[in-house]
Amino acid sequence: MKRTLKYLYTALVVLFLYAPIFVLIIFSFNTTKSHSVMSGFTLKWYAELFRDRTIISSLVTTMIVAVSASVISTVLGTLAALGINSMKKLPRSAALQVNQLPIVNPEIVTGVSLMLLFVFFAARMSFSLGYMTLIIAHITFDAPYVILNVMPKLRQMDNNLVDAAADLGCNSVQAFFKVVLPEIMPGVISGFLMAFTLSLDDFTVSYFVSGSSVQTLPVTIYAMTRRQVSPKINALSTLIFLVVVAVLVVKNIAERKNMKQEEIRI
Amino acid sequence: MKKLASAPYIIWMAIFIIVPLIMVAYFAFTTADGAYTIDNIVKTGEYIPIFVKSIALAAIATAICLVIAYPLAYILANMRTSTQSTMLMIIILPMWINLLLKTYAWQTLLGNNGLINNVLGLIGLGPYKLLNTQGAVILGMVYDLLPFMILPLYTVMAKMDRSILEAAEDLGCSKLQSILKVIVPLSVPGIVSGITMVFIPAISTFIISRMLGGSSNLLIGDLIEMQFLGNSYNPNLGAGISLVLMIIVLVVMAVISLIDSSDKEDDDGIGGARI
Repeated sequence: MKRTLKYLYTALVVLFLYAPIFVLIIFSFNTTKSHSVMSGFTLKWYAELFRDRTIISSLVTTMIVAVSASVISTVLGTLAALGINSMKKLPRSAALQVNQLPIVNPEIVTGVSLMLLFVFFAARMSFSLGYMTLIIAHITFDAPYVILNVMPKLRQMDNNLVDAAADLGCNSVQAFFKVVLPEIMPGVISGFLMAFTLSLDDFTVSYFVSGSSVQTLPVTIYAMTRRQVSPKINALSTLIFLVVVAVLVVKNIAERKNMKQEEIRI
Repeated sequence: MKKLASAPYIIWMAIFIIVPLIMVAYFAFTTADGAYTIDNIVKTGEYIPIFVKSIALAAIATAICLVIAYPLAYILANMRTSTQSTMLMIIILPMWINLLLKTYAWQTLLGNNGLINNVLGLIGLGPYKLLNTQGAVILGMVYDLLPFMILPLYTVMAKMDRSILEAAEDLGCSKLQSILKVIVPLSVPGIVSGITMVFIPAISTFIISRMLGGSSNLLIGDLIEMQFLGNSYNPNLGAGISLVLMIIVLVVMAVISLIDSSDKEDDDGIGGARI
């Protein structure tokens, strides 16, 4: 009885989380634009989606911005974590506090504050808002997460390893690449992945700093939902949902394999 | 040498985190010509009803999320380990779907010709005005942010030491007592981070209110957006409202973390039981 109640409750919450998404997916195959009556099956909205220049070009923009911002913020953030970790207590906590700001600040405040900065300098240095401002803004909210992922790995690392490398004739650059980097790699990778997904998903900050010429995919989606309800958005949602499911399943399988291998090793 | 490694990012933080926030403060206290004024802050006072509404809707949504998520996190944490990881994946998957699409899903469901009103129509009810109401905004907030409440709660509950619970029951606690006296206090860190992860996006949203609340349910986020990209372009007033929003968020976070730290003092009393 109690067990049934537990399963029922879990099922209800899962239903609440998924029902709207599945309705969205079902109506992406509808022949008419209605979202309540199924009149027939079609794939025409998918065909239209791929013919839509704005969507394709904003998808390309999103990828360019997400890849550049996550790569740069991973390098910048890993180096920063290294330096901050070796600081004395006071400057370290000060640096980490500032690092925390983009995480705790409401996204809209991060967005408008960067917009103010960019607009102010765009007028004086004659550049316009676009790719560069997007990438800078994304690095600004990505890098803090890279640091948060790398810092614990640095703290776990045995500092004697670095000393040993130095004793054995490594200079500090060699010691970093041969000893430190392999040790903190899991943190660097998870930081990179987090930065990448945050960049892909971001709407609010991009909305304020992208200017009028360049649009990321979420900004385009927003513009589409403002105009009118279009089954093209449903088709796009279906594709995004499938990609997310695929990524998560692959990630889960990889993690389980890793766990099993570790068990065998032990 | 090592300290130099962080120099590029320290400079980056100064230019792209500190300076922009200083500019928000500067714009908030100046006119369009750059003269000092407190008009922007005073004018923000005219929007007090909107501030109150935003805080209220975000607080209600956060409370509903907590009520739904708490039992679920408890159930999840007590499932078999293999089921747990699969269930967890199912729960966090919607976190990866863009907020705009999730909100759009409800926009189509709640409309006058939407699926919900159509189904209700079949049994002779409605149509009801579901879209462009306060209820729709709260529903959107709960739906979009629920996983952000479940995840931190699940994390603390999964880490909880079962033997403490057994000890409580051995010492004569009823099921309810052990939940109230053991599980709830130990899950405070999860509650705190869950509340922050739901309340802050909820109070500063403009997507959810714009898409589900219509023009009669403006929130703080909408006000700010209108001053920067909307019809009533006025970055000085926008900066003033942003500054007030930041202060509200800071105060809320300070109050929440107070709950957390008062709990820690209690822990010291029982002699580091957590270790």
